[in-house]
Amino acid sequence: MSTPLLSIRDLAVEFPNSQGTVRAVDNVNLDLWEGETLAIVGESGSGKSTTAHAIINLLPGAGKIAGGSIVFDGKELVGASESELEAVRGSQIGFVPQDPMSNLNPVWSIGFQVEEAIAANNPGLDKKAVRAEAIAVLQKAGLADADKRMKQYPHQFSGGMRQRVLIGIGLSANPKLLIADEPTSALDVTVQRTILDHLATLTKASKTSVILITHDLGLAAERAEKIVVMYRGKVVEAGPSLEVLKNPKHPYTQKLVAARKAAPRKEHMGTDVAVSISNISKVYQIKGSGFKSTPFTAVDNVSLEIKRGTTLALVGESGSGKSTVAKMLLGLEKPTSGEIKVDGKNIAGMNSRELFDLRRHMQPVFQDPYGSLDPLQNIANTIAEPLVTHKVGTRKEREARVRELLDQVSLPWAISSRYPSELSGGQRQRVAIARALALNPELVVLDEAVSALDVLVQAQVLELLARLQDELKLTYLFITHDLSVVKIIADRVAVMNKGQIVEFGSTKDIFSKPQQEYTRNLLDAIPGAKLL
Amino acid sequence: MTGYIIRRVLQALPVFFGTTLLIYFMVFAMPGDPIVALFGDKGVNPAIADQLRAQYHLDQPFIVQYLIYIGGIFQGDFGTSFSGQPVGQILASTFPVTLRLALIAVVIEMIVGVAIGLVAGLRKGKWFDNSSLVVSLILISTPVFVIAFVSQFFFAIKLDWARATVSGEANFPELILPGMVLATLGVAYIIRLTRSSVIETASQDFVRTAYSKGLSKSRVTRVHILRNSMIPVVTYVSIDFGILLVGATVTEGIFNVPGVGRTLYQAIIRGEGPTVVSFVTVMVLLYLAVNLLTDLLYAALDPRIRYDK
Repeated sequence: MSTPLLSIRDLAVEFPNSQGTVRAVDNVNLDLWEGETLAIVGESGSGKSTTAHAIINLLPGAGKIAGGSIVFDGKELVGASESELEAVRGSQIGFVPQDPMSNLNPVWSIGFQVEEAIAANNPGLDKKAVRAEAIAVLQKAGLADADKRMKQYPHQFSGGMRQRVLIGIGLSANPKLLIADEPTSALDVTVQRTILDHLATLTKASKTSVILITHDLGLAAERAEKIVVMYRGKVVEAGPSLEVLKNPKHPYTQKLVAARKAAPRKEHMGTDVAVSISNISKVYQIKGSGFKSTPFTAVDNVSLEIKRGTTLALVGESGSGKSTVAKMLLGLEKPTSGEIKVDGKNIAGMNSRELFDLRRHMQPVFQDPYGSLDPLQNIANTIAEPLVTHKVGTRKEREARVRELLDQVSLPWAISSRYPSELSGGQRQRVAIARALALNPELVVLDEAVSALDVLVQAQVLELLARLQDELKLTYLFITHDLSVVKIIADRVAVMNKGQIVEFGSTKDIFSKPQQEYTRNLLDAIPGAKLL
Repeated sequence: MTGYIIRRVLQALPVFFGTTLLIYFMVFAMPGDPIVALFGDKGVNPAIADQLRAQYHLDQPFIVQYLIYIGGIFQGDFGTSFSGQPVGQILASTFPVTLRLALIAVVIEMIVGVAIGLVAGLRKGKWFDNSSLVVSLILISTPVFVIAFVSQFFFAIKLDWARATVSGEANFPELILPGMVLATLGVAYIIRLTRSSVIETASQDFVRTAYSKGLSKSRVTRVHILRNSMIPVVTYVSIDFGILLVGATVTEGIFNVPGVGRTLYQAIIRGEGPTVVSFVTVMVLLYLAVNLLTDLLYAALDPRIRYDK
């Protein structure tokens, strides 16, 4: 083999905007050899996905390749006709997209969407053969009962199942190259690991080359032989994975590696109890056919204590009931049984007036800063809203308080007249934190508050949260599925699975000597955990 | 699915009684005495007036009149109009005409609107898209009677392609011209709806995934873009079909179509309780049926919508 399978030279991609064009990818060079796995790492907006989409010329909107060359298997793809590209897509280059929720057409059955891919790349096959092949593809991708599930629709599949379907489609024609664009970032860590393992087995067996796109340096190092780091549209570092991880040269890569090695925090043990939850359960009635309904226990006999001034992390996969616990604590859902005491007062017995007053003392910050800020309110009004609702201070005093809060979350005052759409994800989450702090609460419930953020932004927000906790003596309930964050922020950890708390202990104990199989699985599934 | 349909039909019962009672009351409360009006300029003959009142049960209290009327409907008797013609007969002669007219209009709307909207959506920002937006805006802002008179003048009188007015038969070929006129507004709205829906669907992730499988552009358009874009269009078309079934008074008047709109208008002017209420009742039933059909169509287009669960 003297020439690489894929060779990209001086690639540039541009998107038009109102002021002309924006260069999203500039001067990108990379080589990929047969059977090799290469990871492209970068934060959102770094151009890593755009590079991948440029290879098969499926750039979104009006984006176009402005220069350079992409040679795949001896053919130049830049400037190739639509029909030449159709011949390459699917059969030569497979593609596994990022979000399993939005990448299958909701109105066609799973079977139809797999058969369609097979029929397009094997023109000679008759209907029966296509169906048999589709079942085989799905079984290989890890859907054991594929022949029974062919007629089902995407909404009847879980996220992990859908991702398996998409991997099956990507590999259905035995392509020479598979482009996997963040194939598992929308999934739980344990599911993520099984799927990546499976993908690795399949591609190794068929000697398929893989381009793996990810924001997670640990995952990249664990899965790929070579890493290319992209930052602001340019390749800033490239080399063998372990080399990049151990001796990062570019300042950006150094920061990424440092963020992974963040020191565990000094423990706050606390003395008096701020929140005590005893034996709460939540049972939902799931409507069945006709008038029947079946009970579903989301939270099963959970007891917790949070000491004042400390952080308790509640960890679990989606569906484990962790957010339901938070909702009950905030008084947004009523527990079916059990009691919740905040500062020694039982929430259940409170009338609406008392509950309203209680909310001054506990405030939430949610996962999605796009969804939790009103797009029609500017930042100053957003932060001042809790003050207005609770009739705190005069207009002048409220403005002074907003100023102070923006200062506390390290945002400039100039931002106060802007709207959420004009801010970055990290800035939005800071605004959400400032809003939560407006009423000087004692308890802040952080429901996946940093999960949607890029690694470096995540580190900054975590640092901010830790500083605010010390300054304002805050108590945190920190809900997350991501154990790597827990180490940095939490004093104690409760692991939830299927509505129950399976393990509880100090952060140090949970990480150094986990008692339960389930906790060990979660810890093992942290990408690149063993590499650092 | 059958369970769902039965439930929907049962839900239609209170709607049926509610609307008929309401309409009956409104007609009852209309000012003026319809029997006196029948005598026109001639003096009222009290004996004949009393006899007529008894014949039409107008001497009974309101609720008794209503119950007599409803009782009649369940025996297939919709009452008698003041001209002596059974209302059932009037219904049977006018509703098929309007149904034909509405069908023609809806078919034209679907074919022309969706085709132009699809091409415009796929070529967003190009000249075809821009001109289709301008044309649809012109169609939306022109009153229907202007379109009706202009097309009557050109197609019927100048070019002699169609008859200017419709005969008593009102068969399909005769109704094509009024159907086209009726469809213009719908075509304009459907172009815009289809266009924006196609643009939205075309930017969805699953469309990119479909291309990445190696599918051709025409297959992605037909299979993945068009079907997903049809849901808002189906909503509009079914509401529009319901409105058209209720009769297009202006268009029917201009082309002399013996349909529901014209007949109902005259019955309201004359204060003919049984005729008005019967027409409205049939309209309500048709509207409920169209609604049910729409919901079933939704489920066929989008498998995420399932009613029996």
